Amino acid sequence: MLTAADLAGNGPHGDDPDLRGKFGVFGGRYVPEALIPALDEVAKVYEQARNDVQFLREFDHLLRTYAGRPTTLTDVPRFSEQAGGARVVLKREDLTHTGAHKINNVIGQALLTKRLGKKRVIAETGAGQHGVATATAAALLGLECVIYMGAVDCERQALNVARMKLLGATVVPVHNGSKTLKDAINEAFRDWVTNVDSTHYLFGTVAGPHPFPEIVRDFARIIGVEARRQMLELTGRLPDAVCAAVGGGSNAIGIFHAFIDDANVQLHGYEAGGHGLASGEHALTLTAGSVGVLHGARTYVLQDDEGQTIESHSISAGLDYPGVGPEHAWLKDSGRATYHGVTDDQAMAAFSLLARTEGIIPAIESSHALAGALELGRELGPEATILVNLSGRGDKDMGTAMKYFNL
Amino acid sequence: MTTLQTVFAKAKADNRAALVGYLPAGFPSKDGAIAAAAALVEAGCDVIEIGLPYSDPLMDGPTIQDAVHRSLTNGTRIADVMRTVEGVAATGAATLVMTYWNPIDRYGADRFARDLADAGGVGTITPDLTPEEAGPWREASAAAGIDTVFLVAPSSTEERIQAVVECCTGFVYAASLMGVTGARESVNVAAGDLVKRTRAHTDLPVCVGLGVGTGKQAAEVAAYADGVIVGSAFIRRMLDAPDEQAGRASIGELAREMAQGVRTRA
Repeated sequence: MLTAADLAGNGPHGDDPDLRGKFGVFGGRYVPEALIPALDEVAKVYEQARNDVQFLREFDHLLRTYAGRPTTLTDVPRFSEQAGGARVVLKREDLTHTGAHKINNVIGQALLTKRLGKKRVIAETGAGQHGVATATAAALLGLECVIYMGAVDCERQALNVARMKLLGATVVPVHNGSKTLKDAINEAFRDWVTNVDSTHYLFGTVAGPHPFPEIVRDFARIIGVEARRQMLELTGRLPDAVCAAVGGGSNAIGIFHAFIDDANVQLHGYEAGGHGLASGEHALTLTAGSVGVLHGARTYVLQDDEGQTIESHSISAGLDYPGVGPEHAWLKDSGRATYHGVTDDQAMAAFSLLARTEGIIPAIESSHALAGALELGRELGPEATILVNLSGRGDKDMGTAMKYFNL
Repeated sequence: MTTLQTVFAKAKADNRAALVGYLPAGFPSKDGAIAAAAALVEAGCDVIEIGLPYSDPLMDGPTIQDAVHRSLTNGTRIADVMRTVEGVAATGAATLVMTYWNPIDRYGADRFARDLADAGGVGTITPDLTPEEAGPWREASAAAGIDTVFLVAPSSTEERIQAVVECCTGFVYAASLMGVTGARESVNVAAGDLVKRTRAHTDLPVCVGLGVGTGKQAAEVAAYADGVIVGSAFIRRMLDAPDEQAGRASIGELAREMAQGVRTRA
């Protein structure tokens, strides 16, 4: 049974944001005044919910009986051979219902929506995983659901668009700006400010204005809570390093958070390097961005010298985002976590390698973390154990893979 | 130089509301924006808001998004915004910049405030800057001698209204509805109530924006507000016009209708 401590952590590391929603200098709220009361309401209702045994019991029940938790750990010895012999262990979020870690957050927030007394949820989606998960939770709990998705993403993730529609959601293609995730977020905010009385914005990652970074983190935290316990059972000790892909940052925070107090566990986040830093076509927000404000929070942003957002690029729609969650910005600046870039080609090589060596087709997002683990394993050597968050499965990416590998 | 204080004092003396017109810099072209704003002033706008085009305008509806996108495609930079302010201020209208926070943050708050004041700008409207985060901007603006305008919304609690008006100088921007920019068929009835609630917290003028698109609506709003803010309706006309000259004529016509409206106070 989940406890309040499982959701929020109980370590004295000051990892909850302050009253203004700040992690150090990052986070906060930079939104139209009209949304402030709604954000206050969400924060208040969440604060009650996270300490309410009834809420925790319901969340726990749905995670176990619907989402398929706890997810297992899988040793991948043949893959590990390519990682300098280091022992690579996967946390199998791909085995959850709907096939990605996103289900944890949406179930939590869908329950929160009912507690808020609202009957409609809106969400943004890039790869479609958060959209599918939201449509799923909305169907489960009887909520009206509208999903905003960039027109470009609608095309490259057509299968997920069909899944959302089948689940009863309305999918709204967004034709503004770069027609990708950031524009879908803008459009969802516009809907929310118009319909805030009836609608909860079921935010999909640890970005956005306070309290979303905290709420999404807490609901995703189950990944790390389970993985930490399972690693101790499997290997008798904690891993030397934890690796995860970082777009907005929810799967990475989800697995990192339970290890933050474990000073000997390295935390490595892998961003989408696209065609490489020099090409300018990437999503290297933490490794090459600068501090600014995007989508309601102060964080690292890809922006030009006048604060205009620069469009990101990644072969993975789920990582194609020019911002990142403020807690990651804080973890970077505090030195607790390290962030690296992985190019499209490196990610696709790892994607193929895991499929051929272990019979697991990962999401391209997760493949960035796998590529990172291959390199890290070679650095740390054969005695090391590396835990990788396999955040989702690759079915949705088959179109991209077919094109990339000429299948 | 015309300040917000002199504009509102004069409007009050004339027993009318002030008319505030919004246009983004760089739209329909860099020089065309100055000429369009001048046409609004000539037709009776007292205050001009020059929008600083931003890549992620999350409070703006499709009309302003479209104009801003064109402006950014035209290569509009902050120097162009300042030059536009300079050109518009030269017409004698009190000229503000409306901008999301990130461009100011990136440019540097002190530098932005100073450059704006040097260009003849009298202040800013910052729709996504909340009182909690406003400290550095208020200080920079005060040092440069420019006004800071923040927004209240129908959803604002009394405590929030109090916090917002404490950050405002010049006037308070009352968002008439829960939504994004764009002309509507009718102005939300919540606007009148919001103005009344805001006045209980401040002696500053209270201006109403969002959704005003006709002279009749301007007259309705002028009956209870100190100023009427119009943006999307002007931009729509410019987008629909065959060329810049026709666009200017068209917005001049609408502005005259609005100017009549704020004097009628229905």
